[in-house]
Amino acid sequence: MIEFTGAVFLSSVIAGLLGALTGLGGGVVIVPALALLFHVDIRYAIGASLVSVIATSSGAAVSYVREGFSNVRIGMFLEVATTIGALVGAYLTTRVSTHAIGIIFGIVLLYSALSSFRPKHGQAPHRQDALAEKLKLSGDYPTASGRETYTARNVPAGFGIMFVAGTLSGLLGIGSGAVKVLAMDQAMKLPFKVSTTTSNFMIGVTAAASAGVYLGRGYIAPGLAAPVMLGVLAGSLAGARMLVRVQVPVLRVVFAVVIAALGAEMIYSGATGRL
Amino acid sequence: MASEADLKMELAISRMLRAGVSLAAVVIFVGGILYLLQAHGVEPDYHHFHGIPSPARRIAPVLDGVRHFDSRSIIRLGILLLIATPIMRVAFCVFSFAAQKDRIYVVVSATVLTVLLYSFFRP
Repeated sequence: MIEFTGAVFLSSVIAGLLGALTGLGGGVVIVPALALLFHVDIRYAIGASLVSVIATSSGAAVSYVREGFSNVRIGMFLEVATTIGALVGAYLTTRVSTHAIGIIFGIVLLYSALSSFRPKHGQAPHRQDALAEKLKLSGDYPTASGRETYTARNVPAGFGIMFVAGTLSGLLGIGSGAVKVLAMDQAMKLPFKVSTTTSNFMIGVTAAASAGVYLGRGYIAPGLAAPVMLGVLAGSLAGARMLVRVQVPVLRVVFAVVIAALGAEMIYSGATGRL
Repeated sequence: MASEADLKMELAISRMLRAGVSLAAVVIFVGGILYLLQAHGVEPDYHHFHGIPSPARRIAPVLDGVRHFDSRSIIRLGILLLIATPIMRVAFCVFSFAAQKDRIYVVVSATVLTVLLYSFFRP
């Protein structure tokens, strides 16, 4: 009992650390760890992970806001898509088989691992966009050469991808930060730093939308959620500190490989009915 | 534009979020320690899903359990506090946008708040 809780706590610390260092979030590591190592039913794993996702997102918000990169209007506008998506995703978990959840989870892991290698595109030229103008989806952020302004582009595409990100978050109990960054960075052409920090800020709100459904269905087991939440929170706070002090390109590659391997294992376990 | 008012609002809100998370973490930690003490070494079965017939979403039974030092209820209270922090954040945004007379964003943030409250209080 103590051994089980202690092992879960330690794994959660490592998951939080990995999640913070790769920028992928603790959820993508702890769910496969619980399901594959501890043979926890994937629904309990998802429930416990979601609680930790809310904690890390809300806990890190202060430092992101202080840096002046996150954009409250863009975040709030896109949260309409992610929260509705999260509700849909949370309902889907009760309809979809655990094997299918495992396979979808694996695919998202593989995608997340790949996305951490993608080159961060440069800043897009400032251009007019009628819808973005009307919704005030613009801002400025600090750079080495003073404050740079930006305006969102391709708003409907970004909104659509955000809906998918929300659905995956609700279905898999993860923050799905990689998909959120895809929407803002690749589709809406927002500066990378603005995308990642605004994404982090949105994750807690998105997760709160599915948490209500999870609680009602009994996915959140208190005895499991407690060590997972505390461990992931401690690990990701430590990881965020390490990121400030050291550059970790090599570690990043190692972690991406680990996450890809977990993804492959999830797909295999799901396909062979072991989840 | 990310105005001065926006930044001030965001800073205030993010401090509130951190306070909420810290409080929730302390409550969950206390509940977790009690849980280990009360469980008497009996390991719960997480290998199979039972769909706990949980009163967790309703607040009154949780508070009732807390009064009797029931560790699961204390952890549930911490989780409820945790879920409440982002909901509070969105609620503050509604007021803040209203103070800035930004009608579009009052509607946007109120929509998000409605979805969150629906998820939480849905019958």
